[in-house]
Amino acid sequence: MNAPASPLLELRGCTIRFGGLTAVSGLDLAVGERELLGLIGPNGAGKTTVFNLITGVYRPAAGNIRFAGSSLAGLRPCQIASLGIARTFQNIRLFPSMTVFDNVRVAFHLHLLSGIAHALWRGRTFRAEEESIESRVMEMLEIFRLGRHRGAAAHSLPYGDQRRLEIVRALATRPRLLLLDEPAAGMNPSEKSELMRLIRFVQERYRIAVLLVEHDMHVVRGVCQRLVVLDYGVKLAEGVPEDVLRHPKVVAAYLGEQNTPRRAPAAPAES
Amino acid sequence: MMPGRRFLLLLGAVAAGSVLSLQSHRINPYFLDVAVTVAINVILAVSLNLINGYTGQFSLGHAGFMAIGAYIAASTTMFWAPGLLPAASSPGFIGMAVFPAALLAGGLAAGLAGILVGAPSLRLKGDYLAIVTLGFGEIIRVIFRNLESVGGALGLNGIPACTNLFWTISMAALTIYAVTSMVHSTYGRGFTAVQDDEIAAEAIGINTTRYKITAFVVGAFFAGIAGGLYGHFKLSIDPRGFDFMKSIEIALMVILGGMGNTVGVIIAAILLTLLPELLRPVAEYRMMLYSFLLILLMLTCPQGLFQPRFFRRLLSPFLRGSAAPAEDPPRPA
Repeated sequence: MNAPASPLLELRGCTIRFGGLTAVSGLDLAVGERELLGLIGPNGAGKTTVFNLITGVYRPAAGNIRFAGSSLAGLRPCQIASLGIARTFQNIRLFPSMTVFDNVRVAFHLHLLSGIAHALWRGRTFRAEEESIESRVMEMLEIFRLGRHRGAAAHSLPYGDQRRLEIVRALATRPRLLLLDEPAAGMNPSEKSELMRLIRFVQERYRIAVLLVEHDMHVVRGVCQRLVVLDYGVKLAEGVPEDVLRHPKVVAAYLGEQNTPRRAPAAPAES
Repeated sequence: MMPGRRFLLLLGAVAAGSVLSLQSHRINPYFLDVAVTVAINVILAVSLNLINGYTGQFSLGHAGFMAIGAYIAASTTMFWAPGLLPAASSPGFIGMAVFPAALLAGGLAAGLAGILVGAPSLRLKGDYLAIVTLGFGEIIRVIFRNLESVGGALGLNGIPACTNLFWTISMAALTIYAVTSMVHSTYGRGFTAVQDDEIAAEAIGINTTRYKITAFVVGAFFAGIAGGLYGHFKLSIDPRGFDFMKSIEIALMVILGGMGNTVGVIIAAILLTLLPELLRPVAEYRMMLYSFLLILLMLTCPQGLFQPRFFRRLLSPFLRGSAAPAEDPPRPA
C-alpha cells in the first residue's frame, strides 16, 4: 500500500531545526482522504514535532505543507484548525476550569454564525443557534459516554475520560483530518482496546482521516492501514504495518543494531 | 421578538434607577454619594473582570482607561458640545442629551486605547503584562498632568453635575449585562478557553489575538464610561485620582470577588467601597484595619470570597428537595 495519489495532507521536504538539532529533516508525508495513518518512531524521533509543523505551532525551515489543495505556509494555528485539521495533545490539554460540556461547546465556535453582537442582543437567531449547539454537544457527549459528566470540571475527570473528551472536543470542530498524539499513553490494556474501537468508530462515523502518533505497537497494528516510521527526524520506512514492522532498519531503530532479529519490534514497556 | 430574561433584568435595573433618581431628593446626600461611588466601582470591577478574570490577561492599567473616559467626557460637556451648539448650553440639555454622548465618547476613546494596551498582551504574559499595563496607566496620568488645556496638574474644575443615580445604576446594569451576555455564550466561552490554555484554544480554531483585544477593548470601554460618570459626579478631576493605587483597588475587587465570577466581583466592589466608609468612626486606624482585613481575606479565601459552591452549601437547608444544581453534580467515584 503506497502513499495516496491525491492526498488530503501532504508534507514535502519539511525540515525544522532547533539550534543545532535537526528535529525533522526533509520529511515527505501524505495522508489520504479517510485514511488511518500511523506515525511511529522511538522517543525523540520527531513525531510530535511533525504534528506541531502541521498545525502551525512551528514553521518549517524548508519544505511545504499542503492541506486539501492549499498551502498552509504562514497560517496561524487557529486558521489551520478552521481549514479542518484538529488535534489532541500528548499531555492532555483540556480547558481545566471549564465544564466537560463547555469544553466541547467552545469547539463549536468555528462554525458559529453569531458573534459578539448577537451574544449581546440575544435575538432569535442567537438563541436558536445556542440551542442547536447545546443539543449537538449533548449528542456527542452521549455517543462518547461522557454525558453523565457534563457538568463536572474537566480536570476532575478520570484520565481515560479526559483523553476521550479531548478527542470529542477535536471532533466538535468538524475536522477532515484528526491528529492524535499518543492517545494510548498511560492507558491499561482494556482502555487501549476500547481506544482502538473508538478510533475506528470515529474514522467511520465522521468520515475523516486520522494521523496517529503512538508508541504502543498493539494499538498501531490494530488501527492503522499504513505506517510511516520516523527516527532522528528522518523517514525510515513506509507501508502496511506487517511489512514496516519487520523492516530491518525499523527493528534496528527500536532494538538497537545487533544481528537481525526475526521478530517485529515489541511494544515498548509502558510506564 | 421576545426579550430574554437577562434583557428584562437590565430594563428592570434601568427602571429602578430612574425611580430612585426621581426620588433622590428624599435620600440622605451621604447615602446618595456612597451609592453612586458603589455603582461606579461596580462598573470598573466588572469590566476589569472580563480582562483579568475571564480572559486571564492580568492588567493593572484600568485607572488609565478610566482617566481617558473622565477627561474626554468632561471635555465634551465643557468645551466641545457648547462650542458646537452654543445655543444648547442650558444645563437641562447638557444633562439629558450631551451627557450620554459624552459618556459614549469617553468610552470609545478608552476602547481605542484598549487596542493599544491589548497589543502588548499578545506577546506578554502574567507579571510582565501587569508591569506593562501599569506603565500604560502611569503614562496616561502623566500625559493629562502635562496637558494644560485640561488643567494640567491642577486638574479640570467646574464639570457640570450630570451624574445621578439613574445614569450610574443604568450604566452599571448595562456593564453587567454586556459582560455576562458575552461570557455566557458559545462565543464567550472562548475568553475562558484563552485563559485556560492558549495552545489548545488555537488548536480548536480560537483566534487568541482577537479574543484578547476584544476583552481589552470592551473592558476599557466600560472603564471609560465609569470615568465619565466619576468626573461628572466629583465635578473636578485631577490626574492624581487615576494613579496606580486606583488600578490596584479595582484589581483587588476582582481578586477578592473571585476571578471570572461576576456576582462575586459585584459583591466585592460593593464591600470594598463600603468598608472604608464603615470604618470611618475609627478614622485613625481605618487604613490599617482595611489592610489587615484584606490580608486576612487573601489568606483565608485566596479563590475569592464568593464561591457559588459556598452559597449553595449555605442555602442547602432551604433548597432541599429541589433539583441538584446543574453545575456541580455528584460524580460516581
